Order: sequence, then structure tokens, then C-alpha cells
Amino acid sequence: MPDIAPIVEMKKINKIFPGVVALSDVDFRLFKGEVHAIMGQNGAGKSTLVKVLTGVIKQESGEILLEGKTIRPESPLAAQRLGINTVYQEVNLCLNLSVAENIFIGKEPMLFGRINWKEMNRRAASVLARLNINIDVTIILSSYSIAVQQMVAIARVLDSSAKVLILDEPTSSLDESEVEQLFKVIKKLRDEGMAILFITHFLDQTYQISDRITILKDGFFVGEYLAKDLPKLELITRMLGKELSEFSYSAKERSQTLMQKILPKKEEDEEGVRLNTSPAHPQSLLKINSLGLHGSIAPFSIDLKEGEVLGLAGLLGSGRTEMARLIFGINHADQGEMFIKGSKSAVTNPRNAMLAGIGFCSEDRKTEGIFAELSIRENIILAMQAKQGVFRNINIKKQMEIAERLIKSLRIKTPGANSPVGKLSGGNQQKVLLARWLATNPIILILDEPTRGIDVGAKLEIMEQILNLSREGLGVIFISSEFEEVIRCSSKIAVLKDKVMIAELSGKEMTESDILHTIAGGKYS
Amino acid sequence: MIRITALTRNKIFWPLVALAVLMAFNLFFTPNFFRLEIKQGHLYGNVIDIIKNAAPIMFLAIGLTLVIATKGIDISVGSIVAISAGFVAMMIGGALDGIPKYPFALAIVCALLVSVLAGMWNGMLVSRIGMQPIIATLILLVAGRGIAMVTTNAQIIWLYADPFALLGQGYFLGLPFSIYLVALLLLFTSFVTRKTALGLFIESVGINPTAARFAGINAKNIIFGVYTFCGLCAGIAGLVVCSTVMSADGNNAGKGYEMSAILAVVLGGTSLNGGKFYLLGSMVGALIVQTLTTTIYAFGVPPEIAQVVIALVVLVVSLLQSVNFRTMVSRLFGKREIFA
Repeated sequence: MPDIAPIVEMKKINKIFPGVVALSDVDFRLFKGEVHAIMGQNGAGKSTLVKVLTGVIKQESGEILLEGKTIRPESPLAAQRLGINTVYQEVNLCLNLSVAENIFIGKEPMLFGRINWKEMNRRAASVLARLNINIDVTIILSSYSIAVQQMVAIARVLDSSAKVLILDEPTSSLDESEVEQLFKVIKKLRDEGMAILFITHFLDQTYQISDRITILKDGFFVGEYLAKDLPKLELITRMLGKELSEFSYSAKERSQTLMQKILPKKEEDEEGVRLNTSPAHPQSLLKINSLGLHGSIAPFSIDLKEGEVLGLAGLLGSGRTEMARLIFGINHADQGEMFIKGSKSAVTNPRNAMLAGIGFCSEDRKTEGIFAELSIRENIILAMQAKQGVFRNINIKKQMEIAERLIKSLRIKTPGANSPVGKLSGGNQQKVLLARWLATNPIILILDEPTRGIDVGAKLEIMEQILNLSREGLGVIFISSEFEEVIRCSSKIAVLKDKVMIAELSGKEMTESDILHTIAGGKYS
Repeated sequence: MIRITALTRNKIFWPLVALAVLMAFNLFFTPNFFRLEIKQGHLYGNVIDIIKNAAPIMFLAIGLTLVIATKGIDISVGSIVAISAGFVAMMIGGALDGIPKYPFALAIVCALLVSVLAGMWNGMLVSRIGMQPIIATLILLVAGRGIAMVTTNAQIIWLYADPFALLGQGYFLGLPFSIYLVALLLLFTSFVTRKTALGLFIESVGINPTAARFAGINAKNIIFGVYTFCGLCAGIAGLVVCSTVMSADGNNAGKGYEMSAILAVVLGGTSLNGGKFYLLGSMVGALIVQTLTTTIYAFGVPPEIAQVVIALVVLVVSLLQSVNFRTMVSRLFGKREIFA
């Protein structure tokens, strides 16, 4: 990079949360007149790093330099005074105030002890003009689109002292043309000398706008690269913490040995990679034709047959969860159609989906899955009871039978069916969720990150269960951030990127290397 | 020790202890507190008075227990009491000869229907519109008084139709008639919530509404249902209140009852955070609230500081119930095994 000194330099930043090292000796540099993207998977430490820079949290050790001088911002406000401004993902503006009021809130121009409205409106219009926006600044903010509101949020932090602009996922709720408009503004600011830190999950956008990319992985600094010198494939492999070379030769061999390590050899097919084989003449359980929801997930089509496991592979924010939630009716599709066992189904809410034979384990076990205060038994029979209807009570004896059978078959470690589920470990809670859906006798089971945050042993058991279930004819949709797990369990894999399902891989294409290349959009090597 | 531990873990244990302590206090300090006399074949005395006066709060507490279990609250129950009382009084009419304008049964059914409608209104605001329960029911707390006033033409209606007095003043087998009604409603509610899956669904909605929805439970209908039922309970309380004083005062009937009833539910062990609920505990809670009031007046505490004394006792009882506080105390005295 040029010899000029960076405007922001973070050196050897360490941050420890109880039980987790969030940042470990992380370095970060930001130069004037560049857009710098921080990339990383879930838990990589992106947001922690930004929070340290903006004074939301304090680092345990390490130094932050702003224009060569050490700073220790005590609060976001202190950081703002130093010229470090943040626009958050959730636009936090006052929708019922005018555009001008929003821009100048807390720093209104005064005249004789009163707000100088004329001056305020004039200056608001001029700061927006700097962003190529010409709107009536006296009208309330809620009458403008999200994109304009986003601009207003940026305009608010753009005064003479602003040196650093941090944009935290600014594009997540914008459509394509709005993103383009935002990027024009970002480029203009960059050309005026602003240092811009950009956080996004969208890979293509990263390349469209960034000059430089810093990659973090599990709290460690992986590297800093010029965007033009970093191929997309390399970016992805580094985000996942792999070496590119691992994929250049024997991806299959590698996953083969890995799989053998993971599980004892059972019904391996001739490729030795997957254990999943489908029945001879499988019936279609779930057929989806271009189901989609604007702003959430682009239309996708899948066909899940009896005994199949469809793996969804993609990076964080690629649309895996959105896809699952659309199928389970949590969000409503605005186009496309869905057939369950050949008959058209309109799944408009989770209850509908359940009655149609779909089960769904949310990725957010705590807030969307378990009932911590209720017993394991109650947690397990809940969905089954909901399916039967409130007045057809399952009696206690039957409840105990069901709960004990599932506790045994899923090997849930608990003193008894009546102890509260909140006291179990994460892996066992996950199994209770699985048990809840198995009790409903589903034909399709959607598992969103069932292996996240649980120990290796429990992971293997859950994967084993998934395979066992599919052998019994259940159709499973399996989501995991670990591509190895997806490959291990799936009979076919849908690859997602930037909220679009971009490919379906099956058979010999199901390797980590193929998935990565597909996401990177490059040709297979 | 194990047996004591099991006993103290039972949710009804601490409310009962509180009630027993209050009673014991009266045994020593309030003369004749437990004296029962038989007059005209009925039992008379402070204890009977407590039961009789607690009845309206008990009706309200039954409905509120379910509402609070869903992590909701209904502060409009006092106003619904006034509406129900006003309605039944208007339909019976204040004729001096005691001949009701409409049959008693019709008047009662109509008053209850209106109360159910009021409950449905609350339920709709909370479950369909998504309003915060305290705001949604605040609307009816205020508006309900107005509705009651309109119903009674802003006058106190006195009733002379003697048979109606049975509900609030009558006796059966020596005990106040209203307590049988409480028992009936309690049995019915316990049966419906525990012998069907309704109780489990209510608790799951209160603990984690999103997870409940994802488990295929129609959380909106459950919430709508409990507010509607709470309206019905308040309606029944209104009938009893009206019958006790044989009059309907739109402005004052049931005033402040919502607070006593919420207090009863909380003292009974149901958390305002929703989840597990204890109907029987709420009944004990209502008795505690009423015993407290009666004790304070029987003891001759000047009215101007009576409320403060009640507040203090409630504080102590609440602390006794708090697991955190008990652990703190047991650490202090090293008697973990008793309090555990």
C-alpha cells in the first residue's frame, strides 16, 4: 500500500468474553479514501472488532491509533466526537420527524435561543445534495423509501469532522437499484477522502465496492488483501479457515478420510464419501416450483424424495435459513407453488406446515425452540399435542411412554423425563427438539443448524440420527455451516449465495471443492 | 429433611405459610377473631366474612391467573365488574315491589354475555392487533367505567328483588353461597386446563410465544381465549358484587379490584413473566389479601395508615416467595436444608 500512514490502525486487539476469546491479536488498518470490507463467518469477530473501534466495548489489550495518536473511545459518542461514525443495519432514525430534523437532531442550528429552522433546512438540503439526493427535507421521514432513509442516516453523520464511516450491513434491506444508488454515494464519499469500513454478507457486493478486504476467522486475523488481488474462491476458503491448496488436489480423498474418522464404516457407497442412498423408486415428498419472497429469498425449486437428505450449503447470510422458513410457512412466499406428496399445499403458517407433515428445528434453539421451564416430557409432546388438537389430551402415561422412548432412542442424557429442559446441555436440548418433531410422525423434517454450538460427540449422534431417519423414508432438509457435515449427510446439495439458490449438486460433485467453486462462481478446476 | 425440601418446593407451600402466619397473628392479637356463631342457621364471624369478601377477588384471580400465565395482564377487570353489575341491575330494575323487569336468568345471562364481549375486545386488541396487554386493557379500564355509567344512567340503582340477594348474601349448608360458586368455577377451570392440553398450551405461549408458534400452537387463539375467559370471570364477580350490596354503582363497583386480584395471583406463585400457573395458589393469595385487610381493620389500625401497613405485609410475603431472597437468607443463617 502507499507509504501514507493509515488513518485508523488497530494493533494486536484482544477481547475475551466469558468463556470465549472473541478477538485474538487482531490487526486492522483503514486508509483515507478507501472502502475496506471485513469478512468472516459467524463468530469470526467482525462485529466485536467494530464495537471496540466505536467504543461500545473495551478491548483487554491492544492499541487503537487514529491519525497516529492513541485513542481509547469510552463510548460511541466519544468515538463520534473523534470523527468515527457508524450507520447501523437497523436504521435508527425517528420516522415521525422531518428529514432535516433527523439529520440535525441533537445539534440543531440555533438563533437567539431558538431553533433556526430555515438554516437547518438549508443545511440539510445541502448535505443531502452532497449525496446526490434532492428531496424535500421538511417532509416526515416515513414518507420516503428505506433507501432514502439509509442515506439520511449517512447524511446525519457526515459533518465536517467525520473522518471514518462505518457501514454495518447497509444493503440488507435494499433492492438492487437502491444498492446501486447507495454504492454511488459510498464511492463519492470515498473519492472525497473518507475512510469507509463496510460490513456485509453479500460476496458480490464486497467485490463491487471494496478496495481492500480483511478476513477474520474465529477471532483470529487471517489476512489483509487488496480486493483485486484476492480471487473470490480464495476469499471463501480463507473465511472458512482452509488452505486453497487443500482443494487443488485430493478433495475427495480428504473428505473420505475425514468421514472415516467421523463415523465407523457402514453402508458406504462406492465413492466412499456419502452414506446416504435412496430407495429404488422414491416418491416425491416435497416439490417446490420457484417459491420465493421478494427481499428475502429469490425463487427456488427443489424436489425432495422419500429417504433423501437435501443439504443446504452456503455462507452465513446466503439465504439458507430464509429458504427453510419459507417452506415451513413462517414467512409467506409471494410467488411459486409447493406440492407435498404430489398435492398442492398452501402453507401459510407453521401450524399449516405441521399439519401437512413438515417439522422444523430452528437454528435459534433458545429463543425459538425450547421451553426452558417446561419438562422434557412436555417439550417433547407439545407439537404432537398441537397436532392432535387441544381437547384430545394425550394422557400422562402415554406422554411418559413417548418421551421415554424418544429419550432412549435419541440417547438424551437426563435424570428423567420430568426434569426441566433448561438444565440440559445444548446437544441434549437439540435432541429434545428433534424428539418433539419425531413424535409428530412428520414426512419432511427441516433441520436448521442442528449441530451448531454442541460438542463433537453430540454432533455425530445427531448426524447419525438424520441418516437413520432418512433410511426410514423421511425426507430431510439439512442446514449446516460446516460443509463437511452437509456432504456427509446429504444425498444432494443445494448451494446458496447472496439469497439465491445457485446450483444443485449431486453424486460426484458433492465435495467441498465443488461447493466452494460454485459459490465463488468460478469454473471447476 | 428430604421430605421438608419436597414440601417447600411445592408452589402452594409458601402462600399457605403466609396465610397461616397471618392467622396465627390474629389468634394472639385480635380478640375473638376465630369465634364462630350460629345465627339463623348460618355461621357468622371474621373468618366467614373473609371468605365472603374474598369471593369477588377469587373470581377475578381465576381469570387473571390464565391471562398472567400467557405473560399478559388485564387491568380492566374492575371496570368489567362495574359493567356486569350495571347490566344486571338495569335488567332486574329498581322497582320497589321487588318484581324484576326481566327474569333473573335472562338478566344474568345478558350481563355475562356483555362481560364476555368486553373480554373478547381485550383479547382482540392483544392477540390480533398486537397491542401491549397493559395498554390494551387500560383502554377498557377507563372506557368501562363510562360504559357502566351509561348503563345505569349515572345513578346508583337499588334492587329490591330479594331472590337476587342469594348470590352475594345467601348461605348454603352454613357457608356463604358465593364460595360455592368460586369452588365451581375453580373446579371447572382446573379441569379444563389440566385435563385437556389447554394448560400446557397457555404455559408454553407464556414462556416462549415464538417457539409455541413454531410448534404448531395457535398462540393468537390461546391469548384471545384467556382474555375472553377473564372477561367472563369478571362478569361473574360483578353479579356477586351487585348482589352483595343489592345495588349497582357504575362509578365505584369493583374499583381497585384489579390490583387486589393481580396481587392475589402473584402471591399465589404465578409469575408475571408468564409460564407455570397455580390456580389454587391464586385462591390462597386472594385469602391472604382479604385476611390482611380484615386484620388491619379488626386490629384498629387507623385508616390513614392502613394502606401502608398492607403494602409492608405484601412486601414481606413477596420476599418470602422470592427464591433469590430465600437463598440469600439461608446463606445468611446457614440453614440451607430448610430453605433449599
